[in-house]
Parts: sequence; structure tokens; C-alpha cells
Amino acid sequence: MSGVTVVPSEVATHHEGAGPPARPPLEFEIVPRKGLIVVAVVFVVLIVAIAANKLWPLMFLHVTGGAAWTIIDLFLGFVLGPILGRLSIPARIELVTKLMPKMLIIMPTVVTVALAAGWQLGNKLGFVMSQSPNHGWVVASFIVVGVMAIVALGLLEPANIAVLVELKKPQPRPEVIERLMKRFIYSAGITGAMQVATLVIMTRLASG
Amino acid sequence: MSAVSAHATVDEPRLPPVTEIGMASLALIVAGGIYLSSHIPEHVPLTPAIILLALSALLLAGNLAALSRVQGFAWVRFFQIARWSLLAYAITAGLIEFAFLEDHLSGGPLVVLTLSLVVYAVHVPMLIAFTVARYEVPAAA
Repeated sequence: MSGVTVVPSEVATHHEGAGPPARPPLEFEIVPRKGLIVVAVVFVVLIVAIAANKLWPLMFLHVTGGAAWTIIDLFLGFVLGPILGRLSIPARIELVTKLMPKMLIIMPTVVTVALAAGWQLGNKLGFVMSQSPNHGWVVASFIVVGVMAIVALGLLEPANIAVLVELKKPQPRPEVIERLMKRFIYSAGITGAMQVATLVIMTRLASG
Repeated sequence: MSAVSAHATVDEPRLPPVTEIGMASLALIVAGGIYLSSHIPEHVPLTPAIILLALSALLLAGNLAALSRVQGFAWVRFFQIARWSLLAYAITAGLIEFAFLEDHLSGGPLVVLTLSLVVYAVHVPMLIAFTVARYEVPAAA
């Protein structure tokens, strides 16, 4: 992970010396507004599925939300993160300004869907009941998800938003972006590693 | 890494450890939530969960108090980010609360979990807004 830093050298060049010229802010939306429509639709589907309390919709939402969450975390933490550190500076900036706004709406959505549908599913199948033979595994999944939630909510998401806000400024500070991107990529690595534990627990539960 | 180390220092005023305290607060309510949900449907002694919630709320209050004393903090940016984050996290907290009610959760556990959601829905937006605002260069600088 040592190479994982994103320092826009264009920005650095502008920042050095006396009276650096301000460049026009980069053109991107911090929160893609069109994506919010999709998020709203997904949340409505989630609410209907929980209210209906039928097995298939809950299973569908839990498996798709959970799979998306796990795969994205693993891919970001172990594949894209290290690659990001080796890209040319303009490529890094372009990737960050295109990828991170999408992550900002995708991750909270898939996490909420996976957890809410999963809780309801666990209730329906009796896994969350303390008498269930699988209860220990369910509690283990609560702990893994809890740790991931603390890292994601306390470190990863604030860094995601802050780096986008910084990049939007006429004179972004490279040292700030470097610090925030390190925090983002290391947090993604931690949650990615914890997703391996999630895979073990969930496949164990599904195997009965 | 070494090529960029020269940029590694960020000039900023001394700030209270808002992120660290915020994560500790979140850890406490997560622990309380796991404790309660791992005992369903048995009778759950609420005292441990209440203690964890109270400590978490205390850390939230302390965090807000410590941050409010920081002079020259970028409050305009802080509140700009905080209000939208608050809206987003209020929606997710509402969804979780809806799931609790659909599962006929009631009484003491419902109260403790609802208050935990309130702490979550306030503390996470505060952490996001703080992380953004701490790097805002004051206009006078």
C-alpha cells in the first residue's frame, strides 16, 4: 500500500511559489444528482420488501446488496487501490473525480440494502433467534459488520467527501489530498480484509 | 511515497480529536446494538446497553462542546456539509427504525435502539462535516 498516494502534481505546481494562479474548478458533481433517483427507487423496493416480509425479495436484496458490497470492497482495497498509486498524476485525478462521486452514493445504498434486508431475512429464517444453532455465526457477522461500519462511517466516507470537496476548489492543496486519499485507501483495505471474514460466515450460514 | 513526502505536512490549527472520539462513540452504540440483538427473543437486561448508550451520547456531547470552542473553524463549510449529511443519515436511520417496528420490537429495547440511531444520525454527519471543514483555509489566512 506504500505507493497509494494521489497527489495532483498539476495542483502542486500551481501551489508552489508566490501567487500561484487559480485554475478553474474541476467539472464534476460531488453527489451525482441523477444517481439519487436510482437510490430512491432502491430504497422504496427495500421498504416494500421488508413490509411484505416474503422470502424471495428479501433474499434477492440481501444477496445482491451483500455481494455488491463485498466485491466492491475487495476490488477497491486490493486491486484498484494499488493500481491508483501507480497511475500518472492526471490519470489519478481523472479516475478519482469520476469514481469517488459514484462510490459516495453506491456504497451507503448497497450497505443499507444488505443490512436491512439481511436483518429481516435473519428474523424470518430464525437465524437471529438465540435458540438457532447458527446463532453464534450470526453474532460473529454482527461483530464483523460493526467493525466495518465504524471504519467506513468514521474514516472512509468522510475522507471520500473531503477529497472531492478539496478537488473542487480553485487551488486544491496536494498535501490535503494525499492525506485524505491515504486514509481512504487504507480504510478500504481494512474493510476489504474484513470482507473475507464476511464471506466465511455467510457461506457457513448458507451451508446450514 | 518518498517522492511526495515533501507534501506530507498539512498546516492546520490544533484541533480536538473529533474523529477518534466519534469512532469511539460509534463503537459504543454498535456494541450496545450487538448486545441487544444477540439476545433476541429472550428477555434482555437493559443496563449494559443503557450504559453503552449513555457513554456514547456523552462522547457526542463532549465532541460537540470541544469543537464549538475551536476559534477560526470553518463553520460555514461545516454546516453546509452537515445539513445534507444529516438529511442522508436521517433517512438511513429511519429505514433501520422501520425494520425494528416491522419486527414488532417494543419497550425498553426499542427505546435504547432508537436513541442509538439518534446518536448515529448526528455523529456521522458531524464527522463528515468536520473532516471537510478542517481543511478549509480561513478567508483571512
